[in-house]
Amino acid sequence: MGVVVVTDTRDTSAPTAATTAAPPHPSGGSGAVVGSVLLGVVGLLIVFVLAPRLIDDTRGFSFEPPPDALKWTFTPSVLVGVIGAIFVLAAVIAFVASRRWGDATTVSKWALRGSMVLVIPLVLATALALSDAPDTNVLQLLIESLRLGTPIALGSMAGLWCERSGVVNIGIEGMMLASAGVSFTLYASLGDAAGGLWLWTAILIAVLTGGLIAALHALVTVTFRVDQIISGVAINLLALGLTGFLRSEIIVPGGISSGESTEPIGIPLLSRVPILGEQLFTGKPIFFAMFVVVAGTGFVLFRTPWGLRVRSCGENPGAAASLGVDVIRTRYRAVIIGGSIAGLGGAWFSLETQGGFEDAMTNGTGFIALAALIFGKWRPGYAFLGALLFGFSRALGARMQILGVEIGDFSIPSEFWQMLPFVVTIIVVAGVVGRAVAPASVGKPYERPR
Amino acid sequence: MSTPPAPRPPHERSGGHRILDRYFAAAPVLVPLYAIVLAVAVGAVLMLLIGENPLEAYWALARGMFGSTDRVAASLGRSTPFIGAALAVAFAFRAGLFNIGAEGQLLVGATVAAWVGGFALIGDVPGIVGIALILFAGVVGGGLYGAVPGLLKARTGAHEVITTIMLNSIAVLTVRWLVTSQDPVILRDMNASVPRTVTLPDRARLTLLVDSEPPLHLGFLVMVALATVVWFVLQRTTKGFEVRAVGQNPSAARYGGVNVGRTIALVMAFAGACAGLAGAGEISGTTGFLSPGVFVAIGFDSIAIALLARANPFAVIPAAVLWGSMLSGAAIMQQETGLSIDIVRIVQALVLLFVAADVIVRTIFGLRHVTKAAFEQSHLTSGWGSSS
Repeated sequence: MGVVVVTDTRDTSAPTAATTAAPPHPSGGSGAVVGSVLLGVVGLLIVFVLAPRLIDDTRGFSFEPPPDALKWTFTPSVLVGVIGAIFVLAAVIAFVASRRWGDATTVSKWALRGSMVLVIPLVLATALALSDAPDTNVLQLLIESLRLGTPIALGSMAGLWCERSGVVNIGIEGMMLASAGVSFTLYASLGDAAGGLWLWTAILIAVLTGGLIAALHALVTVTFRVDQIISGVAINLLALGLTGFLRSEIIVPGGISSGESTEPIGIPLLSRVPILGEQLFTGKPIFFAMFVVVAGTGFVLFRTPWGLRVRSCGENPGAAASLGVDVIRTRYRAVIIGGSIAGLGGAWFSLETQGGFEDAMTNGTGFIALAALIFGKWRPGYAFLGALLFGFSRALGARMQILGVEIGDFSIPSEFWQMLPFVVTIIVVAGVVGRAVAPASVGKPYERPR
Repeated sequence: MSTPPAPRPPHERSGGHRILDRYFAAAPVLVPLYAIVLAVAVGAVLMLLIGENPLEAYWALARGMFGSTDRVAASLGRSTPFIGAALAVAFAFRAGLFNIGAEGQLLVGATVAAWVGGFALIGDVPGIVGIALILFAGVVGGGLYGAVPGLLKARTGAHEVITTIMLNSIAVLTVRWLVTSQDPVILRDMNASVPRTVTLPDRARLTLLVDSEPPLHLGFLVMVALATVVWFVLQRTTKGFEVRAVGQNPSAARYGGVNVGRTIALVMAFAGACAGLAGAGEISGTTGFLSPGVFVAIGFDSIAIALLARANPFAVIPAAVLWGSMLSGAAIMQQETGLSIDIVRIVQALVLLFVAADVIVRTIFGLRHVTKAAFEQSHLTSGWGSSS
């Protein structure tokens, strides 16, 4: 009897929020078994189908820029074969472990997850073997992933603040775009886009713009209790119109459409570490600020009393209010903090990367950030990992375009590589969201009892 | 001792009050109207800020929208795809789903339609059969593409907001590749100087009603018929009842024996089919071929239109006509005053915001505030928590 109760709580406690979900899908029950069988099949395919077809020439992973770079050379067919064999081994271990000690044991979980790390060298080695390039810089790829993950990480932190306080924000895209546009407009028209103090002022303006739009979102959703998703859609539309208007009425007539972006800075001492230092610890300011924002968000939301109050507003605002938390004010603050972070993410586009503004330049990043947030189960560290994953798929797509991968006579078109982040998002959200539980009261307007 | 007199029920009121009650009952119509007035006013302020004359601009906009028979036809022509795409969004709303994917569904429908139209008409297929085939191809293409997020949601719980947005980008990129690729040639017409598909022969084109720019073609009536079909399915069929049940309370629907997962998948497929039909109609009626980067933002605008219409299939038609004619008028406004089209986009976004935030509108214009139940009904969507 006791056993029954235990299994019951595991099955029903997790998706309390998912009352409307489709028929309960196999929740972990056979997950490890299915996973290990799949992995085993993939591993066998790699060993017996993929590896023998790859060239026996040598290829290399380099860790430094071209002239006399530190390099590790290998034979793609051998490396790919070895990775395939490891997959098979991991699959066997996971299968046996889950049969023996039941599902979701640490052993089977880590065997499956651990082998996923090898997907990166697998894909890279295969791609190298299929292209004419002799080597590719792996460290650079990692840094590029972090760099391209910056706006995604900032966007997901923005979403985290809002949603942990109980307000859905699908207007992150619009907040980023508006901040990018408004800040560059002022930077170009007042500071001639010539760098210096105006550049830093522009970044500040971007943050303020994000905060201001978030304040509008809060006013509409928290005070007027409007459907939070409609407000988000309206903000996205508004940002598109507003920035298009600014560009065609102010930036283009002003004649300055591009200018100085932020300068790279090196972290003292660390940037002088040989090989790693210069590549890893030299970067642009918003890139470094992103790490601070992620760490800060984690600390404030999960390690301070005020963070606990914010989260309680997202889980059970009624209970929070009964303990003396001002739900309305807390939600306002959290949403505005989130918007400011999104504003910093917007500045990344116009002031750190491009040094200019184009229509719709955020290109769906705000939505990918939401996917990263869901992937990260509304936790800062995991959301950052999610952002990194999407950054990696973007960086990988760009790298593949450069390498020019060909399968037989068919050279893979650039559109396919550009699709990579979106496909990864769908797979990840479909694979993970079933187990991810949103803050219980997110999306529900709170009405102060009279 | 004396208790305050209880408010009399409406039917006991005097004549003047009855008119007032009618006025308040019309509030669902009045709120959007007032929202438009507010949005136009904010737009005027914006124009004044950059030193333009708002009266001049709005006069040009109005003439561009309804200034002549030709302009009216152009406005209706511009609105045609919005009706189908907005129905795709509105129908999904009724099942509690937020379909941001009309953009991709419309594009995929258009692509399949262009593909079918490209080779189905080589022989002596009569025009009427050809057109039917093309439109059907759009329905199938959009329907299948719409079914993907539905199935994903039903099977894994992946939220449709995320998956449909990703599928939009995937559709745009795939179509760009299909239409531009030269090695191998897939859908590209190699005789054309720019990347695009083969132009459909005249007999495969929907009948032109007015040759305006953009043209008003039979597709407009097809879209009106589609709105009727959507209304009929929702209000007069068992499936439609299930759809609304799932939208209002999925747990209760499940308890009542509705297969929620299957309903979600079907709803998304049907929604995609609506958008796909709109895409096919554009291929056959307006453009005659598919080129990369075409039909941009129709799906996104449709979200706003569906919200304006409060997800009511018949209300979608006037909302779409308003939206389409504003865009068609904006072109004239830009020609005459040099003001960027984006000002109209800002006004449109504000319309949506004010319609959603009807509390603001009601307060400013002194309309009666809604009851709590009606207020809760006005929430079409729900957060991740309760719907994923």
